[in-house]
Amino acid sequence: MKITDELLDYVGILARLHISEEEREKTKEEISKIIEYMDRLNELDTRQIEAMSHAFPVKNVFREDVVQPSVDREEIILNAANKKEGCFKVPKAVE
Amino acid sequence: MELCQMSGLELGKKIKAKEVGVVEATKAVLENIEKREQSYHCYVTVCKEEALAQAEAVQKKIDAGALDSPLAGVPAAVKDNMCTKGMQTSCASRMLETFKPIYTATAVQKLQDAGAVILGKTNMDEFAMGSTSETSFFGATKNPWNQDHVPGGSSGGSAAAVAAEEAFYTLGSDTGGSIRQPASYCGITGLKPTYGTVSRYGLIAYASSLDQIGPMAKTVEDVAEIYKIIAGHDKKDSTSVHQPAPSFTLCPDMKGKKIGIPMEFFGEGIEEDVKEAVYHGAKVYESLGAEVEEIKMPAIGYAIPAYYIAACAEASSNLSRYDGIKYGHCATKYDDLVDLYYQSRSEGFGFEVKKRILIGAFVLSSGYYDAYYNKALQVKALIKQSYDDAFAKYDFLLTPTAPTTAPRVGESLKDTLKMYLSDICTVSVNLAGLPGLVVPCGFDKKGLPIGLQLIGKAFGEETLLNAGLAFQTATDFHKKTPVGKEA
Repeated sequence: MKITDELLDYVGILARLHISEEEREKTKEEISKIIEYMDRLNELDTRQIEAMSHAFPVKNVFREDVVQPSVDREEIILNAANKKEGCFKVPKAVE
Repeated sequence: MELCQMSGLELGKKIKAKEVGVVEATKAVLENIEKREQSYHCYVTVCKEEALAQAEAVQKKIDAGALDSPLAGVPAAVKDNMCTKGMQTSCASRMLETFKPIYTATAVQKLQDAGAVILGKTNMDEFAMGSTSETSFFGATKNPWNQDHVPGGSSGGSAAAVAAEEAFYTLGSDTGGSIRQPASYCGITGLKPTYGTVSRYGLIAYASSLDQIGPMAKTVEDVAEIYKIIAGHDKKDSTSVHQPAPSFTLCPDMKGKKIGIPMEFFGEGIEEDVKEAVYHGAKVYESLGAEVEEIKMPAIGYAIPAYYIAACAEASSNLSRYDGIKYGHCATKYDDLVDLYYQSRSEGFGFEVKKRILIGAFVLSSGYYDAYYNKALQVKALIKQSYDDAFAKYDFLLTPTAPTTAPRVGESLKDTLKMYLSDICTVSVNLAGLPGLVVPCGFDKKGLPIGLQLIGKAFGEETLLNAGLAFQTATDFHKKTPVGKEA
């Protein structure tokens, strides 16, 4: 299927990505081409096939709920661009 | 033999015998890096001082008898998507240009514990998304066999560094062929292990159900030794499988082995030279006593669309963590919190990464989920079944690694769908979670290397490595080097 401007805008919102005016046509064209190629899967009748997310059975892995040493607070915020008093600093989110 | 021409194990032996010092070996390879990086750009970061300090420390441990790995003291490099504590880990993206991890990936830690000297971080396609290593924010890597050609990708820097003798061995990661295809293009040996055998802890995620770390080196013996070091269960990776760390001695006896050649790997666009080299490989196995048969695996024809749907979907989810706040690129101009996300992500990611995130968000979006994402997972089941059927009859499969040799620089990104299609020989192996080994098997008319891919049963690394060693013992393609020949 073809990717319209509307659909591209919608997907951009889901992905929190702006698509610049210069990149818009190229993005639309390339994604449309790829999605159209993906449509080939419709040639296969898969009604009886169960979807497989992992090649091998994967189970939830649990551990005992005991306190263990974790990473230092100072280290965790080391790579943050904005920080204050040992916390991540973000623009005001709630009025 | 010049020091840097040695394989990892050959150097390890000399270090153990005190014929070569760890610092001496490290200095020699750093000198190569200095000479050749201008041409090839295999590295994003070279850590000269740290490497020399590590070399001294490792030498002391060896002298004290505290290290017994046959690779102790051998200088290596790791792909720049594996976390290394305090050492820039960029994923070749502007998004992580200044990122310094606060912990080290398990696979890298295991190498260091075995006495590896880490020289630096190798170049790659941004976030491992690409087949040429041209989408790196820091500039493309060139193929040491011919600088007009790409080294492949996404682990192109790791492959080129081994070929150019800028590291004795490297680690790469493989989501849809990213170890095997560059190994093929650069004429080296590379292993993509079974999903879950090598910990992904500290590997920056692209598509978590497909990603796997593996070794790249000059010989099968090196690859086997590195694999033994890095494999094993890790409680920090919930998909890591519970099984003892591998311990085997290679035994390259091919008598009575049954090998299948799936015809679907020789479809449209396959170069005659590649086909010939792979069939010559089959003849080598026959001469060693194996039985080779052509087989059909029709589901492989649908591997590319299924793979790109699954990989992009997982990428869109995995890369949603880059919000500009916790780490990674942060925009300086924005209106509010949500706009900070938009600006940071739009500035930080390159075109190919954005495209895959958008495709992923599309195939997962309500209304399209069943038609694309779920359908892809059903096709994945078909592909796995098709491999299960093949392995009921054959010990391993023999295929090309890519339909062509390394494309010219700039050619692939002009038509990305065509580039995606060139992954036809590798992606189905990731979808089925299987191991794949690539060994050099010839050259095309332009003198560019061709790699033979061997695909094994799940956890069949030993069989694959034995088969690789048998081929390597019977041929000398792995001994060819681009060093000193490059035009």
